[in-house]
Parts: sequence; C-alpha cells; structure tokens
Amino acid sequence: MTRLLGTPFVQRIGFYLLAAWSAVTINFVLPRLMPGDPASAILFKMSELGPVSDQQEELVHRLFGGARGQSWWHEYVSYLNGILHLDFGRSISFYPATVSSVVKSGFLWTLLLVGSATVIAFVLGTSLGIVAGWRPGRAVDSVGSLVSIFLHSLPYFWVALILVYVFAFTLGWFPLSGGADIGVVPGFTPDFLNSAVRHAMLPAATIVLTSVSGWMIHMRNMMASVVNEDYVLLAQAKGLAGHRVVFSYAARNAVLPSISGFAVSIGMVVGGSLLTEMVFNYPGLGSLLNQAIVNVDYPLMQGLFLIISLTVLAANFVVDSLYVLIDPRTREAA
Amino acid sequence: MKRLMGGDRKVTVGLVILAVMLLIALVGPVLVSLVLGQSPTKLHAGPALAGPSADHWLGTTSSGVDVFAQFITGTRVSVFVGLVGGTISTFLAVLFGLVSGYHTGRTGAALTGFVNIFLVIPGLPLLLLIASYTRGRGGWAAVALIIGLTSWAGGARVKRAQTLSLRNRDFVAAARYSGDKQSRVLFMEVVPHLAPVIASTFLFAVVGSIAAEAGLDFIGAGNTNTVSWGTMLYWAQSQGALQSGAWWWFLPPGLGIALVGTAAGLVNFGIDELSDPRRRTLRAGSRPKRRKVRRTEVAA
Repeated sequence: MTRLLGTPFVQRIGFYLLAAWSAVTINFVLPRLMPGDPASAILFKMSELGPVSDQQEELVHRLFGGARGQSWWHEYVSYLNGILHLDFGRSISFYPATVSSVVKSGFLWTLLLVGSATVIAFVLGTSLGIVAGWRPGRAVDSVGSLVSIFLHSLPYFWVALILVYVFAFTLGWFPLSGGADIGVVPGFTPDFLNSAVRHAMLPAATIVLTSVSGWMIHMRNMMASVVNEDYVLLAQAKGLAGHRVVFSYAARNAVLPSISGFAVSIGMVVGGSLLTEMVFNYPGLGSLLNQAIVNVDYPLMQGLFLIISLTVLAANFVVDSLYVLIDPRTREAA
Repeated sequence: MKRLMGGDRKVTVGLVILAVMLLIALVGPVLVSLVLGQSPTKLHAGPALAGPSADHWLGTTSSGVDVFAQFITGTRVSVFVGLVGGTISTFLAVLFGLVSGYHTGRTGAALTGFVNIFLVIPGLPLLLLIASYTRGRGGWAAVALIIGLTSWAGGARVKRAQTLSLRNRDFVAAARYSGDKQSRVLFMEVVPHLAPVIASTFLFAVVGSIAAEAGLDFIGAGNTNTVSWGTMLYWAQSQGALQSGAWWWFLPPGLGIALVGTAAGLVNFGIDELSDPRRRTLRAGSRPKRRKVRRTEVAA
C-alpha cells in the first residue's frame, strides 16, 4: 500500500484531484470576495421572473453567499455537497431551467467541436513543424515561420468574423450560424450528421487555423535543436532510411515537450474556441457563456466555469498519462 | 548592412512596429482630435456605414462614427492594458518561477504545486468569471490587473525549469556557499541568466493581455462604452457590420492585434537565437562569426 502511494500514477491522480478542488473552491470564494452582492442581484432577478421558494433562496445563498448569520464554513460544506449532486441552482437567462440541464445541452457540441479541431490542429501543426525544423533555414522554414507567427497572433473571434464574412456571407458555401438546420431532428441520422458537420466546418476551421501555428512553432524549434544531436547523426551514419531518421529518431524525441506543454496550449485553445462559438452562435458552452454574461446570469456562469475547468483538467490528465507511454524514462521512474 | 540580414533584420522590423504602436498609444488620440478634428465617440460625424474616403480614412460605423479615430484611440486602451497586464503577469511568473525552482524543500514543492494548478485551470474562463463579477468597474486598470493575475502560470513554468537547471551550476553554488543572502543570489546570479527568457515572456504576456482584453470586450464582459479594439469588434458584430459588408469596420482592430503579435514574434526570434545558438538559422554562404548580435540592440 505504501509503495503504491508513492507511484507517479497515484501522485498524478492526487494532483488532479487537488486541482479540481481548487477550481471548485475558486468558484465558491470569488462571488464572496467581489464588490457588490451577487446573491441579492440573483434573488431580485428571480423574483421578477416568478415566485421564489425558501428552498431556492437558500440554494442561492449557498452558491453565492450573502446569507444572514451563516458562516462561510457552513456554506462551504453545503456548497460542496450540492456540487457532488450537480446542483447549481436555476439559470436566470433560461428560467426556470436548472443550470445543470442548460450546461448539459451545450456540453457535447463543444466537446466534439473543440476536441476534433484540437486533434486536427495538433497533428497538422506537428507535421508541418517536423518539415520546417528538419532543415532549419531553408525557404520552407523561413516562410513557414513568418506565416505561422502572423497566424498565431490573430485573435480567434476575429478570424471567425472574417471566415463568416467570406465563406458564409459573401460566397454562401457554409451556413451563417447555428449547430444544425432547424428542421432536422437531432440524432444519429444521416440528415442530422450531414447538417451538423456542415455547420461545424467554419468554427472548426477557425480553431485549426489559429491554433495550428502554435503547435508548428513549438515542434519546429524542438526539431531544429534535435537534428544536431549525436543520436540523429548516428542514425544517419548507420544508413537508415531518411523517413526513419526523421520520424523514429528526431521527431519522436522532439514531440515530447509539445505533449508536456499541452496544458498551457489547451487552455488557450479552449478560451479561443469559446469566443469562436459566440461568433457562429454555435449551440455550445461558448454561446451559453455569452448568454450568461449578457444577462448577468451568475448561476450559469458558475456552472459553466466549473464544467469547462473540470473538462480541461480531464483532458490534461489523459495527455499526462499518455506521456508516460511515449517517454520510457518516466516509466522507469515508476 | 550585412549585419542587418536574417535574424537581426527581423528584430529591427519588430522593434520598429512596437515603437510605432507605443507612439500611437501615447500621442495618437490627441493628434486625431487636434489635427484631423475627428472624435472616436461623436455620432453622425459622417454618413452611416460609409466606406473609406478622404474625410473618413477608415470609413464610418453604423451610427456614423469615424472608424479611424476609434482605431487610434482604441490603440491606447489596448496597448496600456497590454503593458500593465503583461508587466503584472511577468512579475508573478518570475517570482513564482524563481522561488519554486530555487527551493528544493517543502516550500518549493508546495509552490510548484500551486503553479501547476494555475497552469491546468484554463485562464480565459477564469478571467471571464472574474470580469463578469466586476462588470467594468475600475476601468482599464482593473481589467489589466485581472488579466495579469490570471495569466502568469505558463511563464512561471518556463522560469522554474530554467532556475532548476541554473541552481546547481558552479557559479550559483559558489555564491551560495560564500554566504550571500538568498535574494542576492537570486537577483545577481540567477536572474541575469534568465534575462532572455524573461524578455520573451514579457513580450508574449503583453500580446496575450491585448488579446485577452479584446476578447473580454468582444464577449461584452468589459465596459462597452470605452473605445478599444475589443469594443470596436463588439459593436461591429452586434450592429451587423458583417451583414452590411462594412469590412473597414471589423478589419482594422484585428489587424492591429495581429500586427503587435507578429512584431513581438519577430523580436522573439532574435531573443531565441541569442539565448540558444542552436536555433540560429544560417543562410547559405554566411559564416557564423559575422552574425554578431549586439546585446544592447535586443535588450532595448
């Protein structure tokens, strides 16, 4: 048992649990530290929308503070208990729907869009980085580096605006907004999938276009420093085929920092994707976030922040675990 | 002239763009009102949604506001938020990176855990959450502060890794064993070696802050009454600039952000090559010796 406790795998699980707890706690502390009184604002809005029961009032105080005579500690314990039961109260912008049902409606859209776009961008960017970094200083590298720096600096939502303007508004190749045609019933039918994919093309293109260069710059720099290593020279001296040297020797080692730096990159991609969704009115978490901000819907904001943070944590955990498979040195330590 | 080839030329171009942007931010708004006689807020200064002309260099918005005046005035907010947010972010990154990398004991481990937690919690959603509570109170300085506080973790990780490798070098150990105070060892021995990394962190923190500010304003979590590149895009989107084909309205703010980002990237090329000789890309026929990078040029 004690041996198991020290293993990197258990440590990693422990770390991510700690990170998840931090996100949950930030969510609890923030509204209580902020100027003004979010709880009263929410209760006022709710009373405008319909009668508020004592039970609902208590829930709002549990999530946002501002209750009379309750200690923070007491609120915190009942808040954690509520989180475990996925109870985030009612959304104001979608009143009287519960926050968890609203969040659920957008979750899959965002997960599929951002997930697939990220995989495409990573594979594409890393491959381009291999090509550019293998022979640093060549034309492919110089031009590629300049273009990728420019692409990397473009704001996501601005690229989204341009793509909408050119490909949806002017050329009419893709739909302007939304996640699928209104008449089509969601489900695993060819009609729906076809419509959903057509609607996802431009948002996905935005995410790929702006995030691909980050992966490429990263990979290019690592490749450029790896190509001079002795083991690459040895592989060439042994007379191995060119592609084996590039992929099995140079790229295999150069890709490691890209994967260990995944956490930093995925945070930025997710942030940018949320703004991208807004432009396309895509029915995911980003558009819900926009609704929540415009309508001062604190309960929905809280719920969205939690689900986004926890999903990013889960993605990082998966990538972290994969890293052990790719880098044998970390396995030996285990 | 030959010295300006390759990496050095990139650095020069980047620095010139950044200097021009800073100059626009400082004196631009005054010039726009005094010399051109335009205002970034005056409604019906010209016909609605007019394209670029001699009167209105970048056309007008749907309520007839001069876009060029807005763009120049918006540069100030964007650049100031970028500089202040970038400074706060870099300061925190250096502080946490240095201390967590230098201490080996429990303090170091605890701080490293703290940095890693902030690293895996996505920054923009956290930023939006805080901004939605403050709702534009405190103006651009508050926005810059929030951005700085939520964006330092990536930079701290880089500095921690560098400090870890530096702390066991002989010159640092010598300073430690000769009884120098810890703060002296850190700031006189370790920090100078981190200078290139700190410089590039700062550059990208500035660019990141500008983009974050624009994102906040665009999603409507900032103060929509101030004039910034982000609010320009917010109004352009909500007033249907796309549907009316008013490209002069939504193109400039995004290009402004991209220009600053590209300039920072160009300068960073030079910093990279300075700190890591392996990254130097040699042109055919040029000898490495001739490509001297003048330290002062890059440090400026």
